Amino acid sequence: MENEKLIQNETEEATASADVTVTPEDNEPHEKNLKLMSPMQMVLRRFFRSKLSIIGLVMIVSLFLFCWVGPLFYNQWDPSSADYSARVEHTPIKELVNADGLGFAQIIETEKIGEVKAKPSAEHPLGTDETGYDVLARLMSGGKISLTISFMAVFIITILGVIFGGIAGYFGGAVDTVIMRICDILMCLPGFPILLILGTILDAPEYGIDQQYKIYYLMGFLTLISWSGTARLVRGQILSLREQEYMVAAEAMGYSTGRKIFKHLIPNVMPQLIVSMTMSLGSMILYEASLSFLGMGAPAKYAAWGTMIQAATKTDILTNHFNIWGPPGLCIIIAVLGFNFVGDGLRDALDPKMRR
Amino acid sequence: MLKYIIKRLLQSLLILFGVSVILYIIIRCMPVDFVANKIAQISAGGNVVSEEFEKTLRENYGLTDNTFLGILEGYFNWLGKLCRMDLGMSFSVQGHSVVDVIKENMGVSFAVALIATIFEFMIAIPLGITAATHQYSLRDYFVTVMAMIGVALPSFFFAQMLRGAVAVDPLNWFPYSGLANAQTAGTLNFFEEMLDYAHHLALPITVMVILSIGGRMRMTRTNMLEVLNSDYIRTARAKGCKESVVIYKHAFRNTMIPLVTSLAGLLPSLFSGSIIIEQLFDLPGIGNVAYKAMIGADIPLIMGYNMFLALLSVIGVLLSDLMYAVVDPRVKLA
Repeated sequence: MENEKLIQNETEEATASADVTVTPEDNEPHEKNLKLMSPMQMVLRRFFRSKLSIIGLVMIVSLFLFCWVGPLFYNQWDPSSADYSARVEHTPIKELVNADGLGFAQIIETEKIGEVKAKPSAEHPLGTDETGYDVLARLMSGGKISLTISFMAVFIITILGVIFGGIAGYFGGAVDTVIMRICDILMCLPGFPILLILGTILDAPEYGIDQQYKIYYLMGFLTLISWSGTARLVRGQILSLREQEYMVAAEAMGYSTGRKIFKHLIPNVMPQLIVSMTMSLGSMILYEASLSFLGMGAPAKYAAWGTMIQAATKTDILTNHFNIWGPPGLCIIIAVLGFNFVGDGLRDALDPKMRR
Repeated sequence: MLKYIIKRLLQSLLILFGVSVILYIIIRCMPVDFVANKIAQISAGGNVVSEEFEKTLRENYGLTDNTFLGILEGYFNWLGKLCRMDLGMSFSVQGHSVVDVIKENMGVSFAVALIATIFEFMIAIPLGITAATHQYSLRDYFVTVMAMIGVALPSFFFAQMLRGAVAVDPLNWFPYSGLANAQTAGTLNFFEEMLDYAHHLALPITVMVILSIGGRMRMTRTNMLEVLNSDYIRTARAKGCKESVVIYKHAFRNTMIPLVTSLAGLLPSLFSGSIIIEQLFDLPGIGNVAYKAMIGADIPLIMGYNMFLALLSVIGVLLSDLMYAVVDPRVKLA
């Protein structure tokens, strides 16, 4: 059913594309003007016709290249160790005198101070932050963390949502009621405060959680309480789909329940699901950034974008060192905007009825 | 209608019960124990704390038993008190009950949120309408892109940008944080005091308006477009109505339906306060107090605040559903 080629009249689309030209002198049969397009091709074509979705795609691809390919070229600074190279060493001189007053020693300790809050230069294109980390290198590694976390979170939310929504919509009855009431409860849970509480819980030594991975645990918990939206979406779609003729046919063929749900119902929910996934990617990035900003994220050494902006709560950095906290904020905006543009474009492309 | 409301209210009770169970279990897992904090404080002052004293403290705060049964007992104690409209005494705000703390700090949060919402609707609705009536024009793209940037801005980043621009040294137009000027406190008359508040709240309100305006604008635009494509608008135009009459009399009234219902849903949330913005600008609002409570493991206050939030969102959903039926006579509640 999915492989069925749709026949689309090319003349309808001729204004937008130049790949088939229709000349009035042509006395060829009408079929020559028809082109077979698979649904996927049609979706892609509608997607790429919108300027905003192309801009969004470019934004996201360049961010990914920046975070994953960037470090391959820009590797002179380690994102998690300070730059000690160019700094004049601070040498306090300590004189030790023995208790009897005779022996005498002079110790010169060299204490290294990192290149702190450097202005942007050829060496550090975005300068260094207050501990001497190179901002550009940290921007790349922070982006990796932020993007990975958001993708994982959205992925898990979608899986949970599809499972629970699918079960609720397909079986109905008591199962449906129970799952929907759980959804109601989850929707009323104040998510952000709970994550803040959980952040303090995870600090306890008895749980033995590495600070570096705290944000992963937090976002993991967030997925557990935020699948209700996806579940509702899937359930609603399945409720309307399961009354359609092809489902009656599937029933008559004697297919198993799993096959009916995952082969026949879920693929038809996919368009809406993909759109909601893209949209929630943006909000997950914002969520993660807010948590990191409030100090619930990884320690400064493994900072994500939100943690980097936290430096701006100090007045000195806020006024004089925009190069430390501006770029991560900009990256967050680009990421969220990109995902929203692509999501919008996908919605228009996948559901032509919505298009105006 | 009455039957529907009663049914929904009963459902809401069930939801709130579920929320409270989850919350209580999470909160009792907190390792940052208020008693432990307090004892650390006392011993830091050089005093020796006897075990006896610690035990009495724990008993006073009801934190003796951290096993499953103990937590269960604690929960039912809390629930029993709740039925008597008592949320307990706050641990950290000395001598105040949780209800008092919430009541006292709600004012600032509500004022900020209310003013921000008024500005939001006043700015977003006209912009959304012009974007819809001039679809695909430069104006439309400008509104759409601005709206999306507003949605994508992290609140704390935007707040810091604003502050960096106008609240620090070269310009210094607005105070950096706080609600009132401490030096002049008590010497101002009512009018001057209000002006001082406005001066302090200008930045936080601006942040909230800019951040929320985008979504509202898109919502207005989408609904307006939907209405403008309907048959009765074509009829109105065919009759020769003036364009302004068509838009503001015929079309806008139907665009109002989703706006009014979402406003009804929004009303309760005005009381809830915003943790990030209040904490950043150091406003004495409920979000800020709750943030401090969460760090300080003030269990009754955390519990009270979160249940308050849950209650507000339950009421919000119910109100917007009811409003939907009130505004749109085609909708029947069942």
